[in-house]
Amino acid sequence: MALFAGLSEKLNHIFSKITKRGKLTELEIKQAMREVRIALLEADVNLSVAKDFISKVSEKAVGQEILKSLSPAQQVIKIVNEELTALMGSTNSKLNVSSTPPTVIMMCGLQGAGKTTLCGKLALHLKKQGKKPLLVACDVYRPAAIGQLKIVGEKAGVEVFEKGQGNPVKIAESGIEHAKKFGFDTVIVDTAGRLHIDEALMQELENITKTVRVDEILLTVDSMTGQDAVNVAKTFNERLEVTGVVLTKLDGDTRGGACLSIKAVTGKPIKFSSVGEKLTDLEPFYPDRMASRILGMGDVLSLIEKAQQAVTEEEALKIEKKFKENSFTLEDYIEQFAMLKKMGGAKGLLEMLPGMGTKLKVSDADIDENKIERTKAIIFSMTKKERREPSILNYSRKMRIAKGSGTTIQEVNQLLKQFEQTKQMMKMMKGKRGFRLPF
Amino acid sequence: MGFFSKLFAALKKTKDGIAEKLRGLFARDKIGEDFYDDLLDILISSDISVSTADEIVENLRDRMISEKVKDKDYVLSELKEELKACLDMADDFELETPAVIMVIGVNGVGKTTSIGKLARYLTANKKSVTIAAADTFRAAASDQLEIWADRAKVRIVKSSEGSDPSAVVFDAISSVKAKGTDVLIIDTAGRLHTKSNLMEELKKMSRVVEREHPNANFYKFIALDATTGQNALSQVEVFDEAVGIDGIILTKLDGTAKGGFVISLCNELQVPVAFVGTGEKLEDIELFDKDEFIEGIFGE
Repeated sequence: MALFAGLSEKLNHIFSKITKRGKLTELEIKQAMREVRIALLEADVNLSVAKDFISKVSEKAVGQEILKSLSPAQQVIKIVNEELTALMGSTNSKLNVSSTPPTVIMMCGLQGAGKTTLCGKLALHLKKQGKKPLLVACDVYRPAAIGQLKIVGEKAGVEVFEKGQGNPVKIAESGIEHAKKFGFDTVIVDTAGRLHIDEALMQELENITKTVRVDEILLTVDSMTGQDAVNVAKTFNERLEVTGVVLTKLDGDTRGGACLSIKAVTGKPIKFSSVGEKLTDLEPFYPDRMASRILGMGDVLSLIEKAQQAVTEEEALKIEKKFKENSFTLEDYIEQFAMLKKMGGAKGLLEMLPGMGTKLKVSDADIDENKIERTKAIIFSMTKKERREPSILNYSRKMRIAKGSGTTIQEVNQLLKQFEQTKQMMKMMKGKRGFRLPF
Repeated sequence: MGFFSKLFAALKKTKDGIAEKLRGLFARDKIGEDFYDDLLDILISSDISVSTADEIVENLRDRMISEKVKDKDYVLSELKEELKACLDMADDFELETPAVIMVIGVNGVGKTTSIGKLARYLTANKKSVTIAAADTFRAAASDQLEIWADRAKVRIVKSSEGSDPSAVVFDAISSVKAKGTDVLIIDTAGRLHTKSNLMEELKKMSRVVEREHPNANFYKFIALDATTGQNALSQVEVFDEAVGIDGIILTKLDGTAKGGFVISLCNELQVPVAFVGTGEKLEDIELFDKDEFIEGIFGE
């Protein structure tokens, strides 16, 4: 929890006067909740949603026993974090599937929320699951929107059905007919971005849902949306009975409190989050991570999970054992770099750490990645024997390695020094319980 | 009735509007303990940053207490003055030709649409305009811009998707210099300010403009979606650090969000608002007017 900056600092300050352990009192909670409220507002959680939340959490927190392992501030964060997670719902990225195909998914949302890009991502996601999706171009208003969908569809390898600038209701209808005829099991309908207060365009969406059977209506929301998210979500949901929400542009540094507001006013599940410009950048929504993010505590959980996915327990144990036996070689050293790469590289890792998103000069990390490549080149230029016994490296061997890897002898020496340091560091940690590799 | 008042008329109908909340606050019998706390909440809930909202409320409270003010109407008018003070330099913007305007911002804020409208606005004010389609990344972006250029009846310089945006800028500058065009507007790909490699690309484009067209007044406008929340501050900070921001184009003001963050932006970062976008039609663009903006917020 040492990483939890900002809010936790403020809370620590409030609780710093309390020396004796025991129960959380009403007064302390009131002071702490003021900070929590500001943190929520700063994260763009709607004011009335934040107030409701605070009053519920306060009730729960007062009188709670402070756990031995936590400080009072940590205890409060734990309660708030748990309640936030619970409020945002369970992990559920399942899309509704119709028993009589095709399943029809309709996108809706404000202009610039990211609907068209999302259509491509979703189509690719479904395709990977073995489905046969069809994209239907119903954004007949924005200049070149159909062209954009066609390019996105092509990149995803998914057919795009379009009828130019016709009537969107008719296009949706004939798109679904086309799907039935040619055996597509899922239809994704892209619609034009519209203001929730634009009566004519909202009516148009209603007409689509009245004319064809729509199984899933996904409201696409920009995660940078402010207090107005409530008005937007409420209106779309009232008019269309939205079935799920997708949060886009989460790869920025927004705290994303809008999603809490949306969940609170619509009660609809957040099914996906969109985290980049590549078509594969679509993830299930993780309420627990979002809770930490809203509270400004970074995406520590994602980091842990990514590390777990990339490095199997077995691999980790193997290297750990080598350290303990002091048989760690340059071959193992290179294996570590491969693991790092699997986890999205040093840059990807750093970006997930709290507060690093914008402050980090990524150029620093870029250099690191280059360095990793050079390190690999050096090690690959060694003989097997040299990799296992670096102590045999003399001047002429080093010169050969430097030439072979396109580096200098200084760089070879530097690497050997780093390798020795790593070994020393690991030796020191050997005795400690619960020791785990950094990656 | 100014255009802002027209816009904000829609807001009056929504119960969550700031105007409605302020009216509720000032309808209270007296200015009690909770008054300033609630005022703070209302200001923050219009997407003003916590620090600016805090500053406004603290200033107001201190003055009202020291002057022993009980008159609510006076408090209200002083609140407006505080807000206006934040926007002091908000409409200090003047365009001098020859000019290069580079429009930057995160994805989906309305850069391309704003450029179309801006081009029409400038030609209506007797300026010759050329547009450079330097968003070579997003699918069909240059096609979209071309349609806007047609509508605004201005020239466009474009290249194929995936080509180097700086090369497009270079070509466009050669063209406007040869033709003696007053204003070149450069469209750029939307990019999240957290992607440093894309910010480097912007810096490169910026350097090309400075080097190739040294006589032009070079303006960098950031387009901000009025629906955005507290993140607007971070966007402006990071883009400003990368290339320097000369003005804001506040887009999508025809929705129910009011872009309250411009109050904190002007107050904390001293960036003026150059233009506001108020719809999807070619003529839906205006110069920013701080008095109308404040009156609009109060629903008058």
